[in-house]
Amino acid sequence: MSDGNPAKTTPYTVPIGPIHPALKEPVMFTFRMNGEQIEKADFAPGQTHRGIEWMGMRRNPIQIVHLTDRICGICGVSHSLAFARAVEQIMEIDVPERADYIRAIIAEFERIQSHLLWAGMAAHELGFDTLLHLTWRVREQAMDTIELLTGNRVNYGIIQIGGVRRDITPDQHPAIHECLDYYRDLQGKLLRIFLEDATIQMRCRDCGILTRDDALRLCTVGPTARASGVNMDVRVDFPYAAYGDLDIEPILPDRYLGETRGDVFDRIVVRLLEVEQSAGIIRQCLDVMPAGDILWETKIPKILAAFKKAHGEAVGRHEAPRGEVLHYVRMDGKEHPTAWKVKASSYSNLMSWIPMLEGEQIADIPIIVASIDPCLSCTDRVAVVRGGRRSIMTKEELHRLSVEKTRRLMR
Amino acid sequence: MSGRRMTPDEVVAVFARELGGGVRGTRIAERREGAKKHPSYTIWIDLDREALKPAIRTLIDIHFPHLSVISGTDIGTAVELNYHFSIYYGTKGGEYMVTLTVALPKDDLRVPTIADLIPGAVFSEREKQEMLGVEVVGIPDGRRLFLPEEFPEGVYPWRKDGTGIPDAMVKDLWAVGRPANRPARPVVAREVQGEVQAAEKEEAKVTGRAPSTEEAERHE
Repeated sequence: MSDGNPAKTTPYTVPIGPIHPALKEPVMFTFRMNGEQIEKADFAPGQTHRGIEWMGMRRNPIQIVHLTDRICGICGVSHSLAFARAVEQIMEIDVPERADYIRAIIAEFERIQSHLLWAGMAAHELGFDTLLHLTWRVREQAMDTIELLTGNRVNYGIIQIGGVRRDITPDQHPAIHECLDYYRDLQGKLLRIFLEDATIQMRCRDCGILTRDDALRLCTVGPTARASGVNMDVRVDFPYAAYGDLDIEPILPDRYLGETRGDVFDRIVVRLLEVEQSAGIIRQCLDVMPAGDILWETKIPKILAAFKKAHGEAVGRHEAPRGEVLHYVRMDGKEHPTAWKVKASSYSNLMSWIPMLEGEQIADIPIIVASIDPCLSCTDRVAVVRGGRRSIMTKEELHRLSVEKTRRLMR
Repeated sequence: MSGRRMTPDEVVAVFARELGGGVRGTRIAERREGAKKHPSYTIWIDLDREALKPAIRTLIDIHFPHLSVISGTDIGTAVELNYHFSIYYGTKGGEYMVTLTVALPKDDLRVPTIADLIPGAVFSEREKQEMLGVEVVGIPDGRRLFLPEEFPEGVYPWRKDGTGIPDAMVKDLWAVGRPANRPARPVVAREVQGEVQAAEKEEAKVTGRAPSTEEAERHE
């Protein structure tokens, strides 16, 4: 579009990426713009493809569990849990009940910190940086508790094939309850700031809409799907670990707001309410957690020997903070799996960017892109091709555009 | 979308009735976790390639499925594709996984696209094309997805035959060693300290003040 006739200014093409501010991992966007409006959106992922599945097919499942910890920096337990569950199904391992509960507790703490991290990012994209600082400060409470329980802030290393590697001891309970009380007291304040703020409403209401039909057709998962009114939550629908024992309802925006619009605002609502829900799930788990072992087999050589007898294929799923994670594993009597496919939550959600972005304005790109909580990484600049001339637009400039729009609306 | 939720056996029966000979085999896996051991079911259905599209239409008639992903395995003589669906999401504890499997012989690695029925599938189909070298016939967008543009043609990372990743493309970090062409390290730390002390002494001579008088007193 930019080549050929230099006098022609519209439509012009705006590439954003492969590295960019609103993303936590590189991805390449190409927008066809008409003035401020996006006519067509396209994207190309893969800038951080590390070939983890290839590596895994040359390692044994004990090694892969630690590799899965490192697939995502935020979801430290989601991939390990889904992978371990797939292997356990092939080997017909009965995981001790206590381990099921510990798995659920860690997974819910992960959801709390992930959603708060996201809320801060969303506030930042809107130019509401005091809110970014608030949410990221309160997130530390969850991070500290995760560190207390697993020994690590990220890459928890808690999951093992057949159970978990660390128990939750009674002396840790007061600290866990203190953390949960902290979030209970905070919930009202967070909801008030995010949902009653006039500026956030102006920027997020009816912005980046994903209809229920599109969400279904594009295979969307997690809070992104629920914000569009799709009743889908692996924890509720397909019970695993301790979730089958608990009383959980999927969070849908119409239960809180009375309607579902599928916009950025609804995605904020769903995630904020899920913070409270996760705290409730952890309380339930602590109350009814059975005593007992936490591992099916403590001796690693015995587990390795069992891999060599394992035949079959299975699917392990988990509702990660961003939505369904799925691991397909196939083992044919060797120490390493014959096939391993990792399906991360964002894998299912990226396609939904296109209907969300088309028709919106350039200044809305950061918040819409961030609104699905993409598991892609952080940014620095944007190249703008206009009339055949290529200029570099920095992260700061695109962020400035978004902040300016907020300011305009506030006037 | 029918009203009543079927049991896993009834779902399998529907496939057997609708597809007849196209179904090669079925398996229902049950898994119970947690203290209450609530069951969850995964239905595996082996299909002829020609039965794939009708099978997905059957699935859509039961309940509009959620496609998680398409996975694939090189099993030597053929490449197997697994289409991982789930149905009845939104019913508490009532969701089923339905995995449809088709085997594509290595001399004819073609499979029809399902993106006309489920548009989101194109993402996973693009990945299967580049990772396994299958040809998705009629795919609306045949570009590469994750692999870089300069990645060689005809190399498919998940294949286990001659078209897989050759050893020449694998770089073992442990075997790489330390690069020989690094510049020499800056001055050794201890020498720097000595120079500083020497400079202090020089300065003391000029100003007539003993270096670190306070320290000397403390030692006494």
